Amino acid sequence: MTDDAAYTPSPTVAKRRASKLWRFVIRDAGVVVALVLILIFFSIKAPYFATSGNFLKIFVQTAINTVLAAGMTFVILVGGIDLSVGSVLALCTVVGALIMTAEGWSPYQSVPLALFACAATGAVCGFLNGWISERWRIPSFIVTLGMLNVAHGAARVISDNSTITGLPQSFVDFGNLIIGGFMPSIFMIAILVVLVGWFVLRFTVFGRLIFAIGTNAEAVRLSGHNPPFYKIAAFTISGFTAGIAAIVYLLRLNVGSPIAGVGYELNAIAAVIIGGTSLNGGQGSIIGTLIGACILQVLSTGLQLLGVGDNFKPIVIGMVVVLAVILDTYRQRLLRRLDY
Amino acid sequence: MSEAGDPLLELHAVGKRFPGAVALSDVSLSINRGETHILLGENGAGKSTLIKLLAGVYAPDDGEIRFEGQPYRPSSPHGASAAGIRVVHQELNLMQHLSIAENLMLEKLPSKYGLVQRSKLRAKASALLEEVGLSVDPRLRVSALGIAQMQLVEIAKALGYESKLLILDEPTATLTPPEINRLFQIIKRLKAKGVTIIYISHRLHEIFEIGDRVTVLRNGRLMLTRALEGFAIEDIVRTMVGRRMENQLVFREDVALGDELLRVRNLKRNNRAPEVSFDVRRGEIVGVAGLVGSGRTETVRAIFGADPKAGGEVWLSGHKAEVRSPKMAVKSGLGLATEDRKEQGLLLDLSCEANITITDPQKVARVGLLDRTAEARFASDLFGKLRVKAKSTKQIIRHLSGGNQQKIVLAKWLFRGSDMLILDEPTRGVDVGAKHEIYELLWMLAAQGKGILMISSEIPELIGVCHRILVFSKGKIVGELARPEFDQEKILSLAFQEHIQ
Repeated sequence: MTDDAAYTPSPTVAKRRASKLWRFVIRDAGVVVALVLILIFFSIKAPYFATSGNFLKIFVQTAINTVLAAGMTFVILVGGIDLSVGSVLALCTVVGALIMTAEGWSPYQSVPLALFACAATGAVCGFLNGWISERWRIPSFIVTLGMLNVAHGAARVISDNSTITGLPQSFVDFGNLIIGGFMPSIFMIAILVVLVGWFVLRFTVFGRLIFAIGTNAEAVRLSGHNPPFYKIAAFTISGFTAGIAAIVYLLRLNVGSPIAGVGYELNAIAAVIIGGTSLNGGQGSIIGTLIGACILQVLSTGLQLLGVGDNFKPIVIGMVVVLAVILDTYRQRLLRRLDY
Repeated sequence: MSEAGDPLLELHAVGKRFPGAVALSDVSLSINRGETHILLGENGAGKSTLIKLLAGVYAPDDGEIRFEGQPYRPSSPHGASAAGIRVVHQELNLMQHLSIAENLMLEKLPSKYGLVQRSKLRAKASALLEEVGLSVDPRLRVSALGIAQMQLVEIAKALGYESKLLILDEPTATLTPPEINRLFQIIKRLKAKGVTIIYISHRLHEIFEIGDRVTVLRNGRLMLTRALEGFAIEDIVRTMVGRRMENQLVFREDVALGDELLRVRNLKRNNRAPEVSFDVRRGEIVGVAGLVGSGRTETVRAIFGADPKAGGEVWLSGHKAEVRSPKMAVKSGLGLATEDRKEQGLLLDLSCEANITITDPQKVARVGLLDRTAEARFASDLFGKLRVKAKSTKQIIRHLSGGNQQKIVLAKWLFRGSDMLILDEPTRGVDVGAKHEIYELLWMLAAQGKGILMISSEIPELIGVCHRILVFSKGKIVGELARPEFDQEKILSLAFQEHIQ
């Protein structure tokens, strides 16, 4: 009986390469495959679906949710949730629109100031979410539920409960810009946000700690780090992206409104989940989130083109979200098998 | 393998493969009715796989299992327990917030019209507790129990299902000697009642007291099955590891002691706890003995800043160190390998690399950007030094064996280059071969001028490895023994000192 025979089956190189490919398909490309299948389905079934005009529309409509979901990914990775992003977005649109429409300033002064104010307002709200939940150890579900109401109320107070119109023409023009005939400016912004987020999560020490804390915060603390700092940072990022999403909203709809963004937080969470990020934290990717946001929008547009009524659409989308999570459990199981 | 007796469980040429590894191959074994059968093997030898086959977690790829003469193919742990096979796992599976009684009867709560019958529940639970000799109120919550008591509750639970075969997976790993004694009394009582037991342990000296026959697994194969009587420990170990082991003595005279590295003065964990003072020098390995619950873990956690402390000073290399958080502790050169590596030591879903570099990610980064090549280089260097067995440095750490996981915990602090290492039960749940490698590693570190404080519940291990041993009893240091004074009896009696008075 030889000693180590049982534990060294030594798969051939080809076999190993195949298993690597499998790993990639299952772990990283699963959602892409789903998106492609959905695209093919609608291209065959729905009239006008596979037209450049329709794709442009999808790009434009998915931008806001993509930006919100990118920030949400950070929060969910550290094991939290941010229910306030929709309201924070509303507050930021009001703040931004008020500054842009203020009298006595040229657009060259007011627009940059408004952009900064949007981002800063969002970041401050996010920081408060994180700080309060860490300082008093309150679940982020509750703190951000509070912020949802506070930000909504603040938006109504500041705007005097009215819609703010009359943004500078140059700003509006930029929002309508389609770069190179296929890339709407606002989708470009969304892609930029995703790329920056992807870079941070994948290549920086900060990103590594975000994953590590989501996996086991206590082990990270005992390894000599301060997890609350990173958790607060994750919430601040989510608030910041809500501010960016508000800018995208202003570019697209050209109004600041205290009733903007109602329910957006749930779409953002859905995109993150469909994208394969675990609600328990520690596992997921922001590219997945981008694909998740695209799947949601493609479904919505495709169903509309198929003539599924507005009443039925949410039913289908709701089922898809749950289905995505069910499929994810099978994916996890497969991954574990491959990893033995 | 042909002792007389009626076989309760038979395995015929059983095999189990996982993608990339054969966990068990060609294992044939029969367990007789009423015997206590010891199952031995290093981590990764296939013991856990074998148990999981019996517990209905996995199904065998080859061969056949027969239980009471019938083919046995449970589809789930529930199926296994319905057939009469019950496993008490090393990690206890009790509901912390339910009462003992509810835990005991969870799968068949006595009820009428959908309502739980409390008095009946309590009576049944009391009877079961009596059987394992545990005198506590069954209405208590499980979270109020000590770990040894929880273990007994698990066994009582198994008895409640009229198990024909009881599998105990390292039940003594977290127990102190008197608790182990009690457990053995219970095992003997169960045996007298005719319960068949498969017993797994890493502690070779204890198995003789209860075992009838023994089976040794190595690398997924069955090495031998024989009567335990007359089987010398040395031969058992040789069968397990496939090479002759030296005894646990790895003390090295040639390592010179350096200056004082750690000085702890009047440290109080809380206002009621006694004060603790001791020193560790460079190149020194100081052992910490004591019963489970004697305050050893709590004391080192306070030193490390993991829990708040009520008073006292910590000095490192002659400088007073403000250690109010683990972050400050790590900065000033302390490293703590916690007792519970899964909950507090490891990031189970991340790669080995990420686990190793977490103590100092800046070391493998430039301007905040991770350098993955450097990370992989450091990791594979440490893999070589510590002889970690894994598919690659990128493997998810959850899938490594206990010994290899523990090596990664040590690798974390080697990577950080911490001067003063505090190791809480560094060999718990680790097989004999890996234990030895860990001892040698500790000595290599001591020779480099690091200081090591090592908590262990295995006294022979402390005697074999350390310069000095501090003995804790009820939160106090009741004795400090130098090498010539080392004596197992003496250490034990010191550990009990505060309990007797």
